Formats: sequence, structure tokens, C-alpha cells
Amino acid sequence: MSILVNKNTRVITQGITGKTGQFHTHTCREYANGKNCFVAGVHPTKAGQNFEGIPIFGSVREAKEQTGANASVVYVPPPGAAAAIWEAVEADLDLVICITEGIPVRDMIEVRDRMRKQKRKTLLLGPNCPGAITPDEIKIGIMPGHIHRKGPIGVVSRSGTLTYEAVGQLTEIGLGQSSAVGIGGDPVNGLKHIDILRLFNDDPVTEAVVMIGEIGGSDEEEAAMWARKNMKKPVVGFIAGVTAPPGKRMGHAGAIISGGKGTAAEKLSVMEECGIKVTRNPAEMGKLLKSVLR
Amino acid sequence: MKIHEYQAKEILRKYGVITPRSVPCFSVEEAVDATEKLGGKVWVVKAQIHAGGRGKGGGVKVAKSVDEVREWASRILGMQLKTHQTGPEGQKVRRLLIEEGADIRKELYIGLVVDRGTQEVCVMASSEGGMDIEEVAAHTPEKIHKVFVDPQAGLADAQADDLARKIGFPEASVPQARAMLKSLYKAFWDTDASLVEINPLILTGKGDVIALDAKMTFDDNALYRHEDIVAMRDLDEEDPAEIEASKHGLSYISLDGNIGCLVNGAGLAMATMDTIKLFGGEPANFLDVGGGATAEKVTEAFKLMLRNPGLRAILVNIFGGIMKCDVIAAGVVEAAKQVKLAVPLVVRMKGTNEDLGKKILAESGLPIISADNMTEAGQRVVAAAKGAR
Repeated sequence: MSILVNKNTRVITQGITGKTGQFHTHTCREYANGKNCFVAGVHPTKAGQNFEGIPIFGSVREAKEQTGANASVVYVPPPGAAAAIWEAVEADLDLVICITEGIPVRDMIEVRDRMRKQKRKTLLLGPNCPGAITPDEIKIGIMPGHIHRKGPIGVVSRSGTLTYEAVGQLTEIGLGQSSAVGIGGDPVNGLKHIDILRLFNDDPVTEAVVMIGEIGGSDEEEAAMWARKNMKKPVVGFIAGVTAPPGKRMGHAGAIISGGKGTAAEKLSVMEECGIKVTRNPAEMGKLLKSVLR
Repeated sequence: MKIHEYQAKEILRKYGVITPRSVPCFSVEEAVDATEKLGGKVWVVKAQIHAGGRGKGGGVKVAKSVDEVREWASRILGMQLKTHQTGPEGQKVRRLLIEEGADIRKELYIGLVVDRGTQEVCVMASSEGGMDIEEVAAHTPEKIHKVFVDPQAGLADAQADDLARKIGFPEASVPQARAMLKSLYKAFWDTDASLVEINPLILTGKGDVIALDAKMTFDDNALYRHEDIVAMRDLDEEDPAEIEASKHGLSYISLDGNIGCLVNGAGLAMATMDTIKLFGGEPANFLDVGGGATAEKVTEAFKLMLRNPGLRAILVNIFGGIMKCDVIAAGVVEAAKQVKLAVPLVVRMKGTNEDLGKKILAESGLPIISADNMTEAGQRVVAAAKGAR
């Protein structure tokens, strides 16, 4: 088992005609069951063409109808990315993963508002995220597949390379991953830490979870408070940005301490209060996880 | 992106926000001329820098004669204005705003931000205007009132009225306050702002509602659709290193320490800074070279870090995904040659083509200290920085 994505997921690439979309679609296809999973691409004016044999359709709806796809991954550049997400939502896909970095916050507010008001079933992962991977089954996104191993550990993070760091450490000490999920570094996004913890909690294969956060917002605190009451499995954590000065945006649009809120210290203390073991040394995420395994 | 008070007021006036009449000035003579244009007997001389806390720092002065305007303008223009937001060296004042005096009965606070929890715009209002709102939030949070705005409907009359009453506007001024709040919301939304702050918003003796100060910050990701706002950018207010970095597609922030770090990915970059601190060092910068860094980008990144005369060591921490370790290694070698690297360099590489990358570094003949994991990297770079002194 796994969460969000597995070998049976069928994926549409939105933005398949761009350089980034093509590079990653090619790479994802070569990973595990990728050959069977990446079934369609979408471009409004290039329907009928194909990319390395993957048929391109004029719309997400059409791609879904023709191929039975149930998920999409978005590489569309920022000005059109929110509209691409909405197209996937309107086509009632189960999941849309938006990799695109740099989408205006206002565009995301509008899409998320419509998703809520219309009670849409589609889950959104991202934007500005590395994607999701279930080792040995499917990789949807830009993470390096070869560092992952199949196993019982769930990984959730706001950042890309820091997720790889955690996965690399786990693999090195012989702990494989059920799924590794990047929720993205933007202030307005889809699935949050709390949502991913819920999914890992319900996943029979996952035995423990590494939750990686960063400064800004209060998602980690909310997830920790939920975990205290509901989580049946051990969770360990790390928060990046202990040294980040207030008022400065540290790369990610969401990584900013404002109004004295969202500091790493505050997040770490709430997580500890909620029974989540934390480390201040990012090199020890793997070791810490191993220490809590039952 | 940040802009000056006078620029924010120009934008807000277009949305119907009432502000005092004022004239932006770049010289003492212009400031004196402005008093004639404005008329009246009382003027306020306001330093225009991007940082807040200007009043406390001595950058805002009331003048009761043209001579006093001349006096204050010549003192403030060119001064290094120090506030709690500028850092100890302060910010040089290059622009002034000369504004007509106002009859202040009450000072209030209005702020608009995006709320991550509700994923809507939050309008905050407080009766405690003119103060540092973070202080108010820390000590008397009950004095801050919030409403969340439906993105499709916009700020509703009832919401605006409710806020206005809660922060103590008399009934006769509620319609004006409502108009003000709705204009501010519209301006926030239309301009892709990430912050609009009016502190203070005032109630005058006659019961008028006026924005005495204005601060606007914009979503960098949306600037492509706001040419008029981009034109307001004042590079004098920004860190030259950060400007240079943005030209090369690097995300860079100067910090106070002496250990430079070059990392791919924002989260890992922050974690690397934290590791340096954990082992007793201080990071000199945040630097994310991004996912698609080339040898040229890495060279530029090295040049940026080496602009800092206090730099004592550099840590390169790369987790190769899309980015291949050998490409970074080649970039590091090239950069080290070009910039004649004089400080110790610690490199930690992991991920795609790791072995190839390590080989390139080993064969380069450069005195590179390698590390296998972040703990080693942190310990070694901190030791190197201390040794280099």
C-alpha cells in the first residue's frame, strides 16, 4: 500500500510540450511502472500529436475520457498554471499535482475558493512542490527516483531537496519508504501536513512518518495537534529555518517569519508538546526515525 | 517587492482612499517649494525609506514654518536613518514626503494580508493605531479584530461596518470608514499585494477618515502583470548583493555571519544554515542556486559570497536530483579558479552522479575539504572558519 499514488495511477501531463514537462515525463516513465502510468498529455492546440508515443489531447476532460486517467501533473508556466489546475479539477480527476513554482498567490486563492465552494472531489498537491512517489511503483514529479526504496516509512515535507535528504538518510540506514510526498513551499496550497498525516495514519503499510517543515504559517502546528489526538504511528520532525531572520523570504514564497509568527522555535516546541520527537540536526532525521520504530 | 509610502499613497488614491495632500521631494529646495503648493501652516517632513519605525528613528518631523521645513528637510535628507527594521547601519534617506498637517482625534490601525489557514484575504483592524502592531498582537491581542474576505464577493458592507464600529469609529464616520476599507481591499486585490498597512488611519476633529501613512508590499510572482508597480522599484533600498543575485536567477539573502553557504533548494539551504549554527558557526548568507544551476550560475554564486569581506569559509551542500553532482563539481572548480578562492571550502555532495562529482573535485588539485553528510560538513566548515582567522 501507499498514499495518493500507486502503480495503478494513470497520469496526464499538463504542459507536456514544454522542456520541463518533457524532461520529467520522460524520466518518470522510466521509473518502475511509469511506462504504463503516463498515458496522456494535454495542449490546447496540439491535439493529435504525441510525445515519445504519449498521445496529446486538446483538454484534460478529453484525455481522461480517452485514456481513463485519474490524475494529472502540471508543469504549465506560472501565468497559466492556476487555470491548468482548475481544468483538472473540473474534469473530476482524483488528484492534481502542481510542480510549477512562482504562481501568483491571488490565482491560487481563486482556485482554492472555487474548489471549496463547488465541493470538488479532486485533491491538489502543491503548487511549487517536488511531487509524490511510491517507490518501485510510480514517481510523479521531479524527485530523483534512485534514492528511494520500498518500505514502511512515510515522508512529508514542504521542501524538495530537504525531502531527498531525509529519504537518502532513510535508505542509507535500510529503511524504505511507503510514499514520499512534497506539499510545496507556497503560502496557499492544496494538501497540507495534516492531510498527509491522515493518509499515512490510514495506510496499513506505513509504520512511522518523517514530517519536515519550515518557517512560516502554522501548518506544522496544526498537524502536530491533530497527531497528538489521532495518530496511531510515531512521527518525527525537523523544521528548517531556526537561523532565518524575521521579515525575509527564504526562497519559498511561504517561508517567511512575519509578525513574530511561524518561527522554527515555536513550531518545534508545539511538535514536542504533541509527542513528536524532533531533531535540530537535519543530518539525523533518519536516525531519529529509527529510534522510534516499534 | 516593497515601495515607498508616497508611492503607496499614489496607488491607493486611485482606489478612492483619502490621504492628506502631499508632495514627494528629492531636495531641500523641492521641500520648501512643496509648502507653497500645499499651503496651510503646518507640514510634516517624512523620510521615505522602505523600513518601518521611521518616526521613532527621527525620520518624521512636524514643521510649523517654512524655515522649519527647510531645517528638517536638510537634516533628514541624506541621514542614515536607523529603525528596528533597518539594522544597525541604518538606511540612507534619499527621498522625502512633505505632507499637510492633520487634525488627529484618534489613531487606528488597518492591515490586509493573505491568511494561509482560510486561504482568503484577512482584514485586521485595531483601535491601537500609531503603535507597532506586533506589540499590540503580543500584549493585547483582543484589541485586534479580523474579518476574512470571500474572494468572489469582496469585502461586504456589513463586514466593513462591523470592523469600523469595533475599533471605535463614531456612527457618523462609519460610512467613510466603510468606503476606506472597501477601497483598501480592492486595491490589495487588484494590485496582487501581499501586504497593505495603514498605520495610523486617523479620525479627524471633523470626523473624517484619512490614511495618514501607507505601506504596500507586492507578490513577486505577480509582478509580471503590473508594469506600473515594477516601475516604482527603488534599487537604492535593496541589498546590492541581493539585486545582483536576482539577475542571475539566484535566491540570495545577506546575513550577519562569516560562513558562506551555497545550496540547491530553499529548504535544504535553510537547513544548512541551521547546521552551521548548530555547530557553533554563523551563516553569512542564504543562497539557493535552484534546481537547474549551471557552472556559470555556481561561479556567480561564489562571486556573490566573496563580496563579503568578513567571509571566513564556504560550505557547498548539494543534493543532486535533477541537478547532477558532476555539473556542480565542475562549476565549483571553475569558480574556485576564476575567483582565486582564498578561504577554506567544504563540499558535501549527495545524489545523482555523486561519485563523478567527487572525482572531479579530487582531481582538481584544489584544497577542498570534503564531507560525507551534513553533520561532518557543518563541523568541518565551522572548524575551518575558526582556523582561518
